[in-house]
Amino acid sequence: MKTFWPRFLSNPRVFLGLVWLGLLLIVAITANQLAPIDPFAIVGRPMAAPSPEFWLGTDSLGRDVMAGLIHGTRATILIAVVATLIAVGFGTFVGAVAGYYGGLIDDILMRFTEFFQTIPSFLFAIVLIAVLTPSALNLIIAIATVSWPPIARVVRGEVLTVKSREFVQAAVLAGQGDAAILLKQVLPNTLSPLIVTGSLLIATAILVESALSFLGLGAPNVMSWGFMIGAGRSFLRQAWWLVTIPGVAILLTVLAINLIGEGLNDTLNPRLSDL
Amino acid sequence: MSSGSLGGYIVRRLTQTLPVILGVVIVNFLLLQLAPGDLATVLAGEAGGAPKEYIDELRARFGQDQPVYIQLFYYMRNLLVLDLGFSFRLGAPVLDLLLDRLWPTLLLMVATLIVSLGLGIVMGLLAALWVRTWKDTVISVAAIIVYATPLFWVGLMLILVFSIRLNWFPTSGMEDVVAFHEGWDRVVDIAHHLVLPTVTLSLFYLALYARLMRASMLEQRGLDYVVTARAKGQSERKITTRHVFRNALLPVVTMAGVQTGGLLGGSVVLEAIFAWPGLGQLAFQSLFARDYNLLLGIFFLSAVLVVIVNLIVDVIYVFLDPRIRIG
Repeated sequence: MKTFWPRFLSNPRVFLGLVWLGLLLIVAITANQLAPIDPFAIVGRPMAAPSPEFWLGTDSLGRDVMAGLIHGTRATILIAVVATLIAVGFGTFVGAVAGYYGGLIDDILMRFTEFFQTIPSFLFAIVLIAVLTPSALNLIIAIATVSWPPIARVVRGEVLTVKSREFVQAAVLAGQGDAAILLKQVLPNTLSPLIVTGSLLIATAILVESALSFLGLGAPNVMSWGFMIGAGRSFLRQAWWLVTIPGVAILLTVLAINLIGEGLNDTLNPRLSDL
Repeated sequence: MSSGSLGGYIVRRLTQTLPVILGVVIVNFLLLQLAPGDLATVLAGEAGGAPKEYIDELRARFGQDQPVYIQLFYYMRNLLVLDLGFSFRLGAPVLDLLLDRLWPTLLLMVATLIVSLGLGIVMGLLAALWVRTWKDTVISVAAIIVYATPLFWVGLMLILVFSIRLNWFPTSGMEDVVAFHEGWDRVVDIAHHLVLPTVTLSLFYLALYARLMRASMLEQRGLDYVVTARAKGQSERKITTRHVFRNALLPVVTMAGVQTGGLLGGSVVLEAIFAWPGLGQLAFQSLFARDYNLLLGIFFLSAVLVVIVNLIVDVIYVFLDPRIRIG
């Protein structure tokens, strides 16, 4: 693992991705300092074109697009990351238990996972939020609910290969409990595929979050990129920047995460990097 | 393989899909329980859209005084005979509404499947043949960028450029309803309306299939049977078209089947943007009318659709890959 960082960072795609993500992280953390005004506050003439006063213009109600973009960074990233963490936690639990115990438990858990993979996931997220009513928490629940199956499958596959190795058998002989073996022996050895899948999942979560917000199912009173596009949609003819700019932000962010995820994959699984 | 065993295979696969359908029914039932108001008012379209007698009748029919599992039994019994209830918002049985909107969505999906699979396979094939040249780089970078682009944003950008600025394509709808086109004219009109939605929905999948096809081609090219074919003196052209290409197709076909559900989800967003009169637009409308029953009906139908498509893909797979002997 000593060679990980130099190899990882020498990949120019990874470097570009990290630069953009770093920038976003700074914006997300300092959002209140960068744009001290409420992004929902009406500050100027409606639909003013980009100008020195409002760098990215104003929207249909006269809200500052730049402020919206800055505060949207925080909301979009926070929701996507929290949803992904929950999905990773749940998926790891299901996959680890299924792979470790095998047999009937494995069968049941995998049928359960397949069920969630088969049903149309975006539609399911829509139905969930519609019934649970839109809120930041329900948005996170819906995204996590539709994102965990790939994690469960990856972890199960890794656990299956790791659990037959000698060091795990040694731990069994040493009398360690199932939970200790899983947490201390098996799971640490499944980390690299888990990190790759998890990082790519954040990108998917951002796309799902912005699509839901675009449809008006996002968290109310939270400025997010998808919401900005949805709100600007009806004014495409008069003010193209309302839709274009947040879309570019989503595109660059998802792209950056995908590049980093692929870089992680190349570095952690070097034999696959030729593909 | 005899046709009898294929029939048996299909029957066996059908029985495997039953639990999925059953699962969707149970999930739907649970969601109806979660929705504000009791089952009868939710089914009747909330907000007092339905006459009181109907709600009373619904309560009796769903056994609201009975325990939950009996209610679930009633719900399943109704779904079994395709009684999806009545939408008071739109004043029609849910099933009729769904069947009415099914065809535009299927048209869009089939068009998207043809465009994305066809172009994706060609792009991936070319990138693999040109591997590590600037042409490969152009295709791969374009695929990575498209892969990261939100669908709804692509749709709006295409409308901005091709409908508003250039005025080449209509901004919304499936046909020019006031023009009353008949026969061939109507087909042309619908095709004209179909272009932008299909391109929008296809782009993401095109990128996905192109990337997969490239990776799959490169993987197959390094396998032993290629070395054997080469040692036997087969031309590179024949090795590529006869052996590598055919084997490389398999993961792409699998992925196309897996993506059906995603395609349906994408069509909700897409139909909302292009006012395409399909299931997705109906879902979007029912969302804001709080017509849960209609929404869950769409979810149910979509899940059934996904299961059917997966079945078809599995059957195609058996024909494509003779190694997959059934059984």
